[in-house]
Amino acid sequence: MSVAPAEVDLPWSADEVTPDKPWLTIVWNDPVNLMSYVTYVFEHVFGYPRSKAEKLMLDVHHKGKAVVASGTREAMERNVEVLHGYGLWATVRQDT
Amino acid sequence: MEMFRPMKGGGASVWLSAGEATLLRTLVVPVMDLLNDPDRPAPSAGQAQSAEQAPPEPAESDDLFDDLEKMFNETAATPPEAPADPVLARLLPDAYQDDPEAAGEFRKYTESSLREAKKYFAQTMLETLPPKGGRVKLTADQARDWLRALNDVRLMFGVRLEVTEDFEEQLASLDPKDPRVAAFEVYGWLGAVQESLVRAITH
Repeated sequence: MSVAPAEVDLPWSADEVTPDKPWLTIVWNDPVNLMSYVTYVFEHVFGYPRSKAEKLMLDVHHKGKAVVASGTREAMERNVEVLHGYGLWATVRQDT
Repeated sequence: MEMFRPMKGGGASVWLSAGEATLLRTLVVPVMDLLNDPDRPAPSAGQAQSAEQAPPEPAESDDLFDDLEKMFNETAATPPEAPADPVLARLLPDAYQDDPEAAGEFRKYTESSLREAKKYFAQTMLETLPPKGGRVKLTADQARDWLRALNDVRLMFGVRLEVTEDFEEQLASLDPKDPRVAAFEVYGWLGAVQESLVRAITH
């Protein structure tokens, strides 16, 4: 068991970060996850109102993917970890 | 099956027959087994040095630098890849799509806790299922664990059966003697169970 501050030496560093571009949490369409469940997850995890959660869910469903949050890389990675806990297929990338 | 009903405090309750309770238990166990996968130990962040290593000798400074270099090289060794088993790969997906290095780093720091979380959700289900059937009363937290555990079971079925969004059409196109028919039917039933639980806690 280690209590070392693991974040300190993550290998991405200044040379690959473009500071003006935000990072994105993307959710991909999946044939298994129920529409009602995905809506619930967006409401519960992000605190979005039902209408916004449903719109994002439908974007995922019809367009194959949707950006569901943006912000710092760390925050987006935390989102993805939580979404993976819910079984959603989520990824992180920097906005282009 | 009866549908889940909302309870005060955000929980939900349902009555399960002995057969339904047994079926759910039977389906959660293989997910648990996959997450425990002994063939693929969870990656550990940072100091992966095992106890098998010889204790460090008192070192001259050159050796110390060698040791440090070795240690850093090992820490920076190939990051873990996505699991080979397609179900496990879906339960523990890559967080970066076109960047294997970033995906590996993310996995190194998060996969073992994600596995533990998923095992915990499955365990909640196993502990709250009445052995001989009966009424299940879930708190809000337990209901959320059930949702996630049910979803993992459905993902397992979805991957193994190569389910599409038109799974009812897939089912209809199968020969009635096809052994997958029963699995498709269970998959559909699990969807109904999960749907009713979502509705009960978001009513």
